[in-house]
Amino acid sequence: MELLLNQVLAGIATGAIYACMALAVVMIYQAIDHLNFAQGEMAMFSTFIAWQLLQWGVPYWGAFVITLALSFAGGIVIERALFKPLGNAPVLTHVAGFIALFAIINSVAGLTWDFTIKQFPSPFGSSPFLGSQLISTHQAGMIGVTLVLLLLLYFFFQFTRIGLAMRAAAAQPESARLVGINTSWMIALGWGMAAAIGSIAGMLIAPVVFLEPNMMGGVLIYGFAAAVLGGLSSPFGAVVGGFLVGIFENLAGTYIPGVGNELKLPIALALIVTVLVVKPTGLFGRAIVKRV
Amino acid sequence: MSFSSSKLAVLSAAALLFAASSHGALAQKKYDPGVTDTEIKIGNVEAYSGPASAYGVIGKTEEAYFRMINEQGGINGRKINFISYDDAYSPPKTVEQVRKLIESDEVFLVFNALGTPTQTAVQKYHNVKKVPQLFVATGASKWNDPKEFPWTMGFQPSYRVEARIFAKYILKEKPNAKVAVFYANDDFGKDYLAGLKDVFGGNSSKLIVAEESYETSEPSIDAHIVKLKDTGADVFVNISTPKFAAQAIKKMAELQWKPMHLMTDVSISIGAVMKPAGLDASEGVLSAGYLKDASDSQWDGDEGMKKFKAFLDKYMPGANIADTNLVYGYTAAQTMVQVLKMSGNDLTRANVMKQAASIKDFAADALLPGIKINTSATDFAPIEQLQMMRFTRGKWELFGEIISAETGG
Repeated sequence: MELLLNQVLAGIATGAIYACMALAVVMIYQAIDHLNFAQGEMAMFSTFIAWQLLQWGVPYWGAFVITLALSFAGGIVIERALFKPLGNAPVLTHVAGFIALFAIINSVAGLTWDFTIKQFPSPFGSSPFLGSQLISTHQAGMIGVTLVLLLLLYFFFQFTRIGLAMRAAAAQPESARLVGINTSWMIALGWGMAAAIGSIAGMLIAPVVFLEPNMMGGVLIYGFAAAVLGGLSSPFGAVVGGFLVGIFENLAGTYIPGVGNELKLPIALALIVTVLVVKPTGLFGRAIVKRV
Repeated sequence: MSFSSSKLAVLSAAALLFAASSHGALAQKKYDPGVTDTEIKIGNVEAYSGPASAYGVIGKTEEAYFRMINEQGGINGRKINFISYDDAYSPPKTVEQVRKLIESDEVFLVFNALGTPTQTAVQKYHNVKKVPQLFVATGASKWNDPKEFPWTMGFQPSYRVEARIFAKYILKEKPNAKVAVFYANDDFGKDYLAGLKDVFGGNSSKLIVAEESYETSEPSIDAHIVKLKDTGADVFVNISTPKFAAQAIKKMAELQWKPMHLMTDVSISIGAVMKPAGLDASEGVLSAGYLKDASDSQWDGDEGMKKFKAFLDKYMPGANIADTNLVYGYTAAQTMVQVLKMSGNDLTRANVMKQAASIKDFAADALLPGIKINTSATDFAPIEQLQMMRFTRGKWELFGEIISAETGG
């Protein structure tokens, strides 16, 4: 019983990592209708920027805000410079672009900051949370930040003009243009926001997994799994999906004989495939009906 | 009878003549492809990109070291031309690059090429072509096989050797230990596990209460540590690469789990593992090592370390001294230069292999005091000694004697 509780708690703690990343994945999916394979690397790069600022003596929250702003701008620049020209190119061209971006960012980070792991501070400390050794204050803080982020996104998309405009641009580009929404800039904005959310995810994940150029590799796959499980169109679903994947992965690894540890990653991938086959919209996603 | 004795006389005269002429040739220099009066071409393949790109630093350090040697006048007047290609840690690419080095660049030998799977892919090729595959940069035990592969030689102590040393230590300190083994699910981790079991023998199943593996693709290994703590083990053998080793140390401190903690020498860098994990959390961790750690202040006054740091300042300014790959590359390059010096003007591939197999008590700058490089015609494992150490107040404190361990195949 204790082991079960421990594994569930540990699962929630890792689930928070996936949830954070899944939020960024959903964000970009909302804006461009694709998954961005370079999302994790962008988050990693942002985290390195924050680390560099901290090394230069900038206080934590100062570095946090500057990184957020730089990442937002960086996301927009990438869209304007790389993906706008691709415009109406087929999906495969975009995928190739994402993969190229992935490799470039990864190598540049390695070249600049080398591959040794770096410690990244947590604003929440790492003492036991409420007496539980299984969840540290950092992990609790991470869950808190994820939920706040989720709330902010909800309000943004439901109640702000620009949020509504972004949704319109993604769902009905043509109608949106007709009512005077600049859809092209909405996409750029989506990139910027995804990059900014990714940078928060990176800064929260780094204290747990340590900062290095390859830190997001595994995280992104689980983030995808979480986003698909929760529904690619639902930020709420992404967060729930993140926690579920974290718990599911731990319990399967502990209790299903034969699955063990060697099949932990395949579990995430199997989950993606299963959800796509059984319920393509995920748990909370909305079915998209296209008139032909 | 007389016929055969006269034949014998002719033969011995011929042999004498041959000996004289070959002696003359020795004095007049003897070269294989890749060597001229002014140059020695040395090839190398390294993972400069891809999943193992962290090791790329080794190649860069070696390049810098040879640059220093060249600026100091080279070896017997010959400059080293170091040609290093990227194989991205991908065996098919390794085959392509090594072929290019040997067939088109015509290097004299390939030195300290990186990776067990990658170098396995070219081992036969090297031995068929009779081009030395010298000081392979991997900890697998299979490179020490002079009978089958006379043109291949390893370098560092094999994982299996270290694991045996750990197992012996556990048996001595805690004969009734409950051992939890945490290992990377690849050749490195499995070689290690095998080493432990070599020593535990029939008692393995009794002593080892948990074997938990992880995949390098996992973002965080926290859940494994939670599970292992639950087994009630009082000895924790940590066979993981630096990032995961640091995660394990940190998580164990958070869980307040304090078993006897033995950690592989792959992950003992103070700057790259212990500091990020937290110096307090790292207190008491045990390991075995053979190199000095440049980020450990106890070597600040050490002659060898001073030389190493002077080299870094001049040839690799800005390098991160916490990176153990720097010390490793430096030591390998220094050993290479030693072998080339020993070869004199007889720069044939056969002679270089012969010299590499007759290193006696070579104490490279960055090896721990007392650890020496020794090879022979039947021993192709240059470094076979390690010393146990304990992490105490931010430093690795060496203890016990220097332990030699033969891999026994």
